[in-house]
Amino acid sequence: MQGEIMDIGLDNLLGETARIKVEGYRFVTISCVEINEIRMELLYHFDRNFQLKHLRLSISRDCRAPSISPVYFAAFLVENEIQDLFGIRFHGLTVDYDRTLYLEKDVKTAPFCKFAVVEKSPVCEEKTP
Amino acid sequence: MFTMTSTILRNLLKEPATRRYPASVRPSFEAARGEIRNDIHVCTFCGVCAVKCPSQCITVDRKAADWSYDPSACVQCGVCAEVCTSGSLQQARDYRKPVRKKELVVLKGATTPPKHSDPPVTG
Amino acid sequence: MTRTIIPFGPQHPVLPEPIHLMLTLDDEVITEAVPAFGFVHRGLEKLVEIRDFHQMIYVVERICGICSMLHAMCYCQGIEEMMGIETPPRARFLRVIWSELHRMHSHLLWLGLFADSFGFESLFMQFWKIREKILDIDEATTGNRIIVSVNVIGGVRKDLTLEQTRGILSELKSVETELKRLETTILNDYTVQNRTVGKGVLTAKQAYELGLVGPTLRASGVMQDARMLKYAAFDDIAFTPVVETDGDCYARCKVRFREVFQSIDLIRQAIGKLPNGEIAVKVKGRPDGEVTSRVEQPRGEVFYYIRANGTKHLERLRVRTPTFANVPALLTMLPGAGLSDVPVIVLSIDPCISCTER
Ligand code: SF4
Ligand code: SF4
Repeated sequence: MQGEIMDIGLDNLLGETARIKVEGYRFVTISCVEINEIRMELLYHFDRNFQLKHLRLSISRDCRAPSISPVYFAAFLVENEIQDLFGIRFHGLTVDYDRTLYLEKDVKTAPFCKFAVVEKSPVCEEKTP
Repeated sequence: MFTMTSTILRNLLKEPATRRYPASVRPSFEAARGEIRNDIHVCTFCGVCAVKCPSQCITVDRKAADWSYDPSACVQCGVCAEVCTSGSLQQARDYRKPVRKKELVVLKGATTPPKHSDPPVTG
Repeated sequence: MTRTIIPFGPQHPVLPEPIHLMLTLDDEVITEAVPAFGFVHRGLEKLVEIRDFHQMIYVVERICGICSMLHAMCYCQGIEEMMGIETPPRARFLRVIWSELHRMHSHLLWLGLFADSFGFESLFMQFWKIREKILDIDEATTGNRIIVSVNVIGGVRKDLTLEQTRGILSELKSVETELKRLETTILNDYTVQNRTVGKGVLTAKQAYELGLVGPTLRASGVMQDARMLKYAAFDDIAFTPVVETDGDCYARCKVRFREVFQSIDLIRQAIGKLPNGEIAVKVKGRPDGEVTSRVEQPRGEVFYYIRANGTKHLERLRVRTPTFANVPALLTMLPGAGLSDVPVIVLSIDPCISCTER
């Protein structure tokens, strides 16, 4: 894959994103990949002068991830999409559609997941900094 | 004012940009990807087309020697005709005519004569 | 002053596709705009689980009709990179020719729709008349008007004969003359200027921070065009992105209009340098690993993230389409604009909702 990849955790995600923004990167997108029944992977892609930079965050399915939309406003759309399609919830979203961006209100499943899970309220929150 | 006059004159003298469709029909281009036709007497029922078709609208039953195709699910990509091992599957230049209801095209090989109303066309 | 909420869309005369905007108005001025999607979501990314990686070419083409060729090209380039396939030079030039034809017909479509958004219907008709010529070239050379399906992994499926390239060049000549005739209207007409100049202004800093792409970003003065990545044959073709600095709807219109001429020039260069030889190489094996791929679509940079695991089905295909990146611009541009400018501003990002929702 083109560009440098960096592994990050839930606690330094926002810090890294803010640093990347200061370095003058443009937000490209977030890709969500389902790894297995428990783990999901979020890849944050950034670009500066056609040099890509990726942050790789491994997250448990029932964890809430912090939203990077306060840093990069444009991220709200893709985070809402991931909420809809993969069922990972984000907190601190600037515009939260609450899983109704693509889905109907009463849908509780995550249509893009291979392992069917019915939504329940997230059990673990990341430690408050 | 002068530009307007020249535009008016040009528009009056030129033929219209559109055609009166049912009365004048432009012939299809040579490369146009139209209807899929199978010459069932040549088909070997190998099933390659069914595997390669991206919209999975072809089914081949080797034992019963029948080849069926769902024209309303077909995306006219032409992959099946490209991969056909016997050359029996051809893509015609012309598009299918509109139909009133969705129908499968079922072609029976060898023993029984084709059911499809159009006679199969050889390339 | 009363506060009113007006729903804009999902079915609106100026929008060919369904997007819904909830507009909060203070008298005539918009104070807040919240977009809503989900009317054409098809879940095409999920199809990787049942279609193999060759069949996916035809699926990604159908993400969006207007950029179909460029979606397939981006996907194929990604898989080629993953599998270490070197495409023959002729295939790379042919890809440039067809992709630029696509850009032309997309921009002409947009110019027409844009003229229509402020009620200039005869201009709309003229642009679409010219666009028909490009579609005829597409059909004569590839077999289809819009979904050209020419890309395969390892090259292209169709070749251009010498007569065909001559035909393209002579058609382009007449397209160019007709477009020149419209230039004064679209760029200098009082009506057009009145409706577009100073509307929906985005500064370069704003545009960059919102992560915008394509003409929307270039109209704000940021030189960012994925063709500068020199994919396909762009390393052999002279190319400088079209940039405007005003950042309003008029500047976006100007960028797209000038890009049509640029595409004509690029096609001429590509045809002039078209090398002889193979158009595709045989592909063996299965993709494995992960890769990102980018190309410049008419609406901006498209981003593919592909992850494969050595089987014939990919593990994940993620598509970030240009409109998806441009939607946040609406939330910034609309507040403060008048209600009558909403169609013009919404169209100025060239929204493609099928792309956005996939
Ligand atoms: S043209 Fe394409 S979609 Fe139609 S039957 Fe052939 S392979 Fe399938
Ligand atoms: S690939 Fe050709 S020969 Fe084989 S089943 Fe299809 S039509 Fe028949």
